[in-house]
Amino acid sequence: MQYEAIIGLETHVQVKTASKMFCGCATDFGAPPNTQVCPVCLGYPGSLPVMNEEAVRKTILAGLMLGCDIARLCKWDRKNYFYPDMPKNYQISQYDMPLCRGGGVDIKLKDSREVRIGLTRIHLEEDVAKNSHFETTSGVDFNRAGLPLMEVVSEPEIKSPDEAFAYLTALKEILVSGGVSDCDMEKGQLRCDCNVSVRPVGQKEFGAKIEIKNMNTISGVRRALAYEIPRQIVALEKGEKISQETRRWDDAPGVTSVMRTKEYAHDYRYFPEPDLMPVVVSDAMLAQIRELLPELPEAKRQRFMQQYGLPEYDAGVLVTDAALAAYYEQAVRWSKNPKSISNWVTTELLGKLAEAKLTIAECPIAPPQLAELVTLIDGGQISGKIGKDVFAEMFTTGKSPSAIVKDKSLAQVSDTAAIEAFVDEAIAKNPKSVMDFKAGNQAAINFLKGQVMKLSKGKVNPQMAGEILLRKLRGS
Amino acid sequence: MTLHTQTIHELRAQLRRSKVSAREVTQALLDRIAALDRKLKAYIWLNRDDALAQAEAIDRTGAAKDGKPLAGVPIAIKDLINVEGQPCTCASKILQGYVAPYDAFVIRQLREAGAVLLGRTNMDEFAMGSSTENSSWGVTRNPWDLERIPGGSSGGSAAAVAADEAIAAIGTDTGGSIRQPAALCGCVGLKPTYGRVSRYGLVAFASSLDQIGPFTKDVEDCAILLGVLAGHDVKDSTSVAQAVPDYTRALGKSVKGLRVGIPKEYFIAGTDREVAAAVRGAIQKLQSLGAEIVELSLPHTEYAVAVYYLIATAEASANLARFDGVRYGLRVAGDDPIEMYRRTRGAGFGPEVKRRIILGTYALSAGYYDAYYLKAQKARTLIRRDFEKAFEKCDVIVTPTSPTAAFKAGEKMDDPLQMYLSDVFTLSVNLAGICGISIPCGFTTRPKLPIGLQIMGKPFGEEMILRVAHAYEQATEWHLQRPNL
Amino acid sequence: MSEKTSDIDISYVAYLARLGLTEAEAAQFSAQLKDILKAVEKLNELDVTNVEPTAHAVPLTNVLRKDEVQPSIASADVMRNAPQQARGLFIVPKIVEQG
Ligand SMILES: [Mg+2]
Ligand SMILES: [Zn+2]
Repeated sequence: MQYEAIIGLETHVQVKTASKMFCGCATDFGAPPNTQVCPVCLGYPGSLPVMNEEAVRKTILAGLMLGCDIARLCKWDRKNYFYPDMPKNYQISQYDMPLCRGGGVDIKLKDSREVRIGLTRIHLEEDVAKNSHFETTSGVDFNRAGLPLMEVVSEPEIKSPDEAFAYLTALKEILVSGGVSDCDMEKGQLRCDCNVSVRPVGQKEFGAKIEIKNMNTISGVRRALAYEIPRQIVALEKGEKISQETRRWDDAPGVTSVMRTKEYAHDYRYFPEPDLMPVVVSDAMLAQIRELLPELPEAKRQRFMQQYGLPEYDAGVLVTDAALAAYYEQAVRWSKNPKSISNWVTTELLGKLAEAKLTIAECPIAPPQLAELVTLIDGGQISGKIGKDVFAEMFTTGKSPSAIVKDKSLAQVSDTAAIEAFVDEAIAKNPKSVMDFKAGNQAAINFLKGQVMKLSKGKVNPQMAGEILLRKLRGS
Repeated sequence: MTLHTQTIHELRAQLRRSKVSAREVTQALLDRIAALDRKLKAYIWLNRDDALAQAEAIDRTGAAKDGKPLAGVPIAIKDLINVEGQPCTCASKILQGYVAPYDAFVIRQLREAGAVLLGRTNMDEFAMGSSTENSSWGVTRNPWDLERIPGGSSGGSAAAVAADEAIAAIGTDTGGSIRQPAALCGCVGLKPTYGRVSRYGLVAFASSLDQIGPFTKDVEDCAILLGVLAGHDVKDSTSVAQAVPDYTRALGKSVKGLRVGIPKEYFIAGTDREVAAAVRGAIQKLQSLGAEIVELSLPHTEYAVAVYYLIATAEASANLARFDGVRYGLRVAGDDPIEMYRRTRGAGFGPEVKRRIILGTYALSAGYYDAYYLKAQKARTLIRRDFEKAFEKCDVIVTPTSPTAAFKAGEKMDDPLQMYLSDVFTLSVNLAGICGISIPCGFTTRPKLPIGLQIMGKPFGEEMILRVAHAYEQATEWHLQRPNL
Repeated sequence: MSEKTSDIDISYVAYLARLGLTEAEAAQFSAQLKDILKAVEKLNELDVTNVEPTAHAVPLTNVLRKDEVQPSIASADVMRNAPQQARGLFIVPKIVEQG
């Protein structure tokens, strides 16, 4: 029998703000434990939450980028459950009136077909603390408690581990490009719960839903699903009954295992949060946030291909990172050769950055300097080969290419008399090759040209060198 | 001159003219407390040195001459409000050892006004009760009859003011917890409009109902103290950004032509005969002062107790979830967190708190939410509308504060439902979010126990209820009577 | 509501609330809550079909703060209240992962 998987993802994304969701504590990562806390985010008696405007705005921005309907009226609710990482033992979240509904994420399948994975909703809530475990005890650090968290809930429309991977990658790209979140998975800024079930192809009803909790890498989600789907299919084929349960993903052995079964299902006792007032999203507020809408990566890719005449590959590489795309566009502004700039950025520049473990923001070469380098090459002032040395020098020193060319006397020799001297020397030193050429071996000229370049240490204009060589050999 | 019997406005005049120092006043109160509080138990925590140091600082800086409204006036604080560096137990074992790291908004206001924070008053645990018997630290006694309770939950604050152990006090009111003990102890107590006083630093019982308010010896003091407590606070999202008037300017105005509403649902069988007679007498007094009496109806009154106990306990069940032994307060060890929670909360909370957590949890739990909590919220809307309609016909509404005078300790402890019914006249004010004040309006005969008159006002109608209360008080002498201690 | 009030599962509700009750307390509360819930049934007399619920006593909306960092509280003040602590962490009995 053929089976199909049905997957829905709940993705928690940390919204990029300076202060926490309901208090003024800083959101900086890596501070010593329990130093970015206050009565509010520690759940002290008598403290009250006050909503961070920026978190609301950025969630609306995310909703606009993902094509959601933005609620004109939304409210906050308390979700009640006890856990040591939960300061108040209830989480302030949104239950029946979330900020965003609908929308979707476009992904490209392996066969190049594009599909849209629908979203159910996006709501805003507060993060919990971070637990660490010792032999007989656990420790709790509340620095993370109260960070603004966006929960993006997909429809159960994802059909394979690869689609889940593509969905999360696209979602991340969009949220990063809009400045909604950095989605830094090493800092736990993007975490994912999967709901997955399988059923025989053709069957209408869904199979029993298995939830896999708290995965913090996109590839982990793919691997967990690649493990879990066949596990369920094998179980069904063996005639076993799958019942609803929650499982955890263990990355090292690469397996999922049971966390809890349905008997322990939560009774969250949601009710409206009396300490927070509803938010009314006005036309004016929406218009203001719309102004912040960045170009989506796909639209930018199309524009790069048209505006700069780039091949699809180049454009694709450049738009993966909004900062890289911005760097490219700045450099192009100083140059007449967008394709050449693209070549330098996508090969040399990305290579050097990776080697030095730097981000594009930390790049020592300013965009106009890269443009200047391309202009020097295109204008024949330096050869392409010398250009690479100059680029390396620019990367380590941050100097301008013209300064480096001048300091190191790397300028290309285009003076006829000087080139003639090198040509004469090459002819004198290689009589055999001269004879070969005269005997009709056209290839011999390439060897001689190489010799001219060698004698000049690569500085003569190769085209001129070739012409002079030919003239001398024919004429003499 | 006995300093402890003075009012704020009397003391203020003397402090300004340096007839007396803040230190002397504070010392007089500490002496009074030392002499009386062993039998009254109004206070549960006091730091004499700290109180005197605050008073000396006031004297040193000449704050009284600067015209700070409470400079040098000792004020007692209900143990439900955070004061930096002080314990705040909420009369519960579960907060044993907790030291507040911050000041509540009202505490900052009081400090700014030059008040001397005198000590922490007893209360029903987490403000859940109407008699101050649900305290983990013992029962507070009514200054008029030590066999009897002072009302609750702010019983310690009411008793302290009535017994001259404080010049004034701060309490909180979720369903009558200021007005009812004020009535039973014979002092003035006001519950402000929801949103008028910041709740930041007030340990939440029922967040949509709680308000902080003053206990004073007369209406003028009440106006002064309310002016200090009120104000907009950005740390409380339910605080309203409306300018605070000078409430004392509402005093001394006549009630001539004002319409006083009398809701028929508040004059029913079950109210003590002497209480009913005293309130009728007060209404006649207002009429004789020129007020127009308007008979009206608040038809959903009979549902208020049910609505209140569902909403208040549901909110409380979440508000009290944070007391879990992880970050502060009591912890009873357990093998895993769940066991630790159950033991800590089992040992830390008293029976009334447990009962309400169970009721509130049940009202919110799967399958019951619509039938209980949601229905109560909808009925709350009907109660609010009753008042909106009523205030189209009148300027204030006058009722008894409590159906009976102070009852004997232990009398209602085994019957929570009877205890809940003693709040029947006060809790609608909290459900509607409006303001209300209780002032003395007479005494029962045997024994002599105070009776309270409740005056309810529109949202942000504090000036109006103070005006009516003051006019009545000035025409009577009930507020001048003192218990024989 | 009436058919449900007779069977409050007090141990389930106490578990939800993480509230340890003695047997005597459980028995006493069961009886008292039955009375209270019976009184609460009075609400059944009301028709609230088209009535909006009241969640707040004041009609405010959009109470928001600017995204500005405010100082946190001193670590000593935080840790002074901790029943158990080590290396700046609040220590609890080992958490058995439940999700
Ligand atoms: Mg969530
Ligand atoms: Zn904080």
